[in-house]
Formats: sequence, structure tokens, C-alpha cells
Amino acid sequence: MLNEIIQTIPQVLIDGLTLGTVYAVIALGYTMVYGILELINFAHGEIFMTGAFIGTTLLLLFTGIGWISALPAIVMLLTVLIITAVLTGLLGMGIERLAYRPLRHAPRLIPLITAIGISFVLQDIVRFIAELSKGSYIVTGPNLFTNQLLLKTSSISSIFNDASIKASFVIVLVTAVVMMIGLDIFVNRTKWGMAMRAVAQDRETASLMTVNVNKVIAITFFIGSALGGATGVLFAVQYGTIDPYIGFILGLKAFTAAVLGGIGNIRGAMLGGLLLGVLEMFASANLTLLTGGVFGAEYKDVFAFAILITVLLFKPEGLLGKPATEKV
Amino acid sequence: MPILEVQNLTKKFGGLTATQEVSMTVEKSSITAVIGPNGAGKTTFFNMITGIYQPTSGIILLENEKINGLKPHDVSKAGISRTFQNIRLFNQMSVLENVLVGMHTHLKAGLLGILFNLPVIRKEEKEAEMHAYHLLDYVGLADLLNEKATNLSYGAQRRLEIARALAANPKVLLLDEPAAGMNPKETKDLTELIHRMRQEFNLTVILIEHDMKLVMEISEHIVVLDHGVKIAEGKPEDIRNNPKVIEAYLGSGAVQAG
Repeated sequence: MLNEIIQTIPQVLIDGLTLGTVYAVIALGYTMVYGILELINFAHGEIFMTGAFIGTTLLLLFTGIGWISALPAIVMLLTVLIITAVLTGLLGMGIERLAYRPLRHAPRLIPLITAIGISFVLQDIVRFIAELSKGSYIVTGPNLFTNQLLLKTSSISSIFNDASIKASFVIVLVTAVVMMIGLDIFVNRTKWGMAMRAVAQDRETASLMTVNVNKVIAITFFIGSALGGATGVLFAVQYGTIDPYIGFILGLKAFTAAVLGGIGNIRGAMLGGLLLGVLEMFASANLTLLTGGVFGAEYKDVFAFAILITVLLFKPEGLLGKPATEKV
Repeated sequence: MPILEVQNLTKKFGGLTATQEVSMTVEKSSITAVIGPNGAGKTTFFNMITGIYQPTSGIILLENEKINGLKPHDVSKAGISRTFQNIRLFNQMSVLENVLVGMHTHLKAGLLGILFNLPVIRKEEKEAEMHAYHLLDYVGLADLLNEKATNLSYGAQRRLEIARALAANPKVLLLDEPAAGMNPKETKDLTELIHRMRQEFNLTVILIEHDMKLVMEISEHIVVLDHGVKIAEGKPEDIRNNPKVIEAYLGSGAVQAG
């Protein structure tokens, strides 16, 4: 049995890391907003979904006017990614301005309910527009990257099977990693990143040190939503078919990843996302084998969440989180 | 020449009047102390000047410009910096970063500049770090640059707060109980530091303090609040002998001792 599990490891790692980077980038949006406002922005999954739709629409549009055959696919994808990121970033900023800022001093439960409300609103708006223009809310985008690469992992050691990579996997992986590195540099090196960390620790003191708190919060929402929207495009390119409800389960998993890594901690969200992705793929590949056929691959989520619960039992603050100290 | 003028400042929290019709004038480059028993409204007064609270009525003028109604970050940009009674550093950030946050408004580096490592940004970053280093050196924390703020000793945290407040390049520095919890030696060092800062940065200092020895020694002007009302103001020797102040605050023992 062990041999068979080891054989699948290269493929599990490739699939898991790709899925994991998607979780990780979305988890960043949850964790950044939580770090600053202590708000779980449940609408973030829907921002991701909206990004997927904007991206697919743009790709279909570009195909329609013939750019797809004229331009290299990668240039096309980058253009779409940037446009989508800007649009979803503005969407996130707008949501903060209209729906969360007026509730800044309300009890914490109230913005949380608002966030859930906004996610329903976004789902229905997207569904309405999609049905109106396409006749169906399930949309399939153009197929940009069809190449398959075969990794000869068996030549490293005979205990591994060969693994296959779709070209789009590589693109998802690279883009997501670039976004994460970019964010890490932003947060740790730039003055707005530093202001963001300062606001997360003590909003009032930061404002007394010339930091414009509202601007920092708006920037946080812009960046988180832009990353989430761009990941939506990657998801659409990777999996082809999207519908207005993909944001729910993906958002939930990304939120889980953020909690797993320690909510409010940016590197924690990245780690949590990657870990959750790999665990899920591992379960999906091996669960049947491990349980002698009792549980099939469809129980992968149960497996992943069982790990989450176990981790939180022993380390409630998450893997990279700091234990909260009560303010006195 | 007055740098800060406060006219008839009143703050009400519901039915409670925290300060009532308080007026004062602060001369440029002076050291002024605001004293009074606990609950006299001193910190409320600071919070109104820095824009955290909006006064119920009254006017605050910084160099003849009205600053009440401004957001805290705009007040601090206008030139008022402060420290806190209960230390409020960014605990999880390094000593250097704490000071750099104080410089926020003077830095321009955006994401693109950093990513492309533009020479302008590199130069600015270097200068900012040098300036921060000088300020830390000034308060005697230069060798703790990369330490997390939370790991510093109590006295060092107080000095870091001062360095951070100086980083914004203020005209007026508000110190809220800077000597609280300090031993006599630390208090003496602090007194020297305040004098030095005033001279070198051409600062106007306003402090809230309970340590009467420090107050009498350092301040040129004293304002006494009691139950939100200004009951006296003047030179230290006038305040020392003012019967109203003695009654409200100092007590007869302090008069004999002084």
C-alpha cells in the first residue's frame, strides 16, 4: 500500500500545489481584511467568482474580435488578468466604502451579516447578467492552453509514477507565486505596507502618526480583491467551466486555509493554502486505498477539514499565528 | 508669539462634562505643563487637540489655523505629535519600523518604485533610515534597531515613543505622563531629554504629568485643571502658592516640602 501511495506523490504534489496556490491567494484577501478590521469578509469568495466571470467575458470578447489567434495566449491572459484585477479591486473598494465603512463602529456581528448579504447580492447580479446575455448561468470560456507536459519523475527514482502537467497548471502556479511574492514585498518593504501593519496593530495610534487609516483600509480591500479577482481568472482558465456559485465553497476553503495558517498572518495564509491544497489532493488520490474502499475520493474535504480541526485543537491560533493576549 | 491657542474648549460625553470652557495660549518653543487630579480632563484635552475627539464647542488654532474638525492624521501632518499615558507602540514591529511609521507622511515610495528598485526610492529609503537612526541615537536606542518593540524595557519603550513622535517632524509635542513609572534616575534623564529636544528641534512641548518635582523644574507655564475647569495658570512659583490649586490638588504637605 505504501508503495502505491509513494508512486502517486509527484502527481499529488503538482495538483495539490496548483490548487493550493489558488487557495493561498484567496486566503490572503481574507487574512488581510481580518488583520486590519477583524472582519471576516464573506463576500471575498464572490469577488473571486466575479473575477472569474469578468475574465471569461473578456476572453470570449477577445476571441470574438479575433485577437486570440493574433496574439500569443500568454499576452492575452496577462492583459485579461490585469484588467480583471483592477475591476475587482475597485469592486472590493466600493463594497468597503458603501457597506462596511458606515458600520465601522457597529458591533462586529453586524458587518459580518452585511458581508453574507453582499455575497448573495453578487451571486445574483452575476447570475442575472450571465443569463441575460448568454441564456445560461453556466459559462464555458475559450480553451487557451491545451498542451500537456509529461514529467518523467519515474526517472528520478523508480518508486514514482510519471506525472502530467497541463500547461495551464504551470501558468496558474507561476502567476499565483508572483502575486504572493509581490504582496510580501509590498507589505514588508513599502510605506503603505508598513502603514498597513501599523493600522492592523493599533488603528488609533497609527492615525496619530500621520497614517490615513481610511486610505489604508481602502488599499487593503483593493489589493485583496484584485488578487482574488485575478485568481478567479486563473481558476476559469484552469477548469474551463464556471457558475455564480463557485465562490462559496472555494471561499470557504480559502478561509479555512487562512485560519489554518493563523488568521491575520499573511505568510500563514500562504502556508495554509498550500497545505490545504496538497492535503486535499492527497486524500483525493489515496483515500480509497487508505480506508480499503470505505471512503472514496469524494470524501477529500472531510479529510482536509479533519486535519484542520486537529491542528486547531492543538494550536488554536493557527500554524503561524501568535497566541492572542487579552488587552487589559 | 503663540503657536497653539485653545479657546473655550468644551467636551461633553452624554451628560458628563469632561472639560468646560478651557482656554489657553502656548508660546512657541515653550514648555507648558497641564496638571490636575485624576479625572480632571487632561487626557480628554490632549485627545481633542490631536483630533481623536471632536470638541462639543470651542476652537483650537495651530499657528492661527483652525485644526479642530480635522482627522487625527491631518492634525499630525499639520505638526502635532504625541506620546501616550499607557505606552502604545506597534509591538510586533521592530524599533526602526516604529520610527519609520512616524515618518509615513514624508515618504513617497510606492510599490512600483520598490519593485523596480528606482534610484530615487533607494536614496529616499536610505535617508529615511538614516534619519530614523539619528532619532533613535538621540533617545539612546541606536543599538536596539532591530529588536521588537515589545521586548524593550519600560523606560526604553517610553523613549521609543518619543522618537516615533519626533519622526513626524512636529512643531508641537504632547507628552502624556512621560515620567509615569520611572525611577528618579530615569526621570532626570527624561528632563534632560525634553530640554535638549526643545532646543535642537525648536519644539514646543506640552506635558501632562503627576510628578510635581519634574513639573516645577521643567515647565515655564502651568495650567491647572480640576473637574474639567481651568482653575489656575501661571509660572511654577505662582502655581505653587496658589490656594485654589493647593486645595484642589497639591495639599498642604506639598507646599511645605516645596
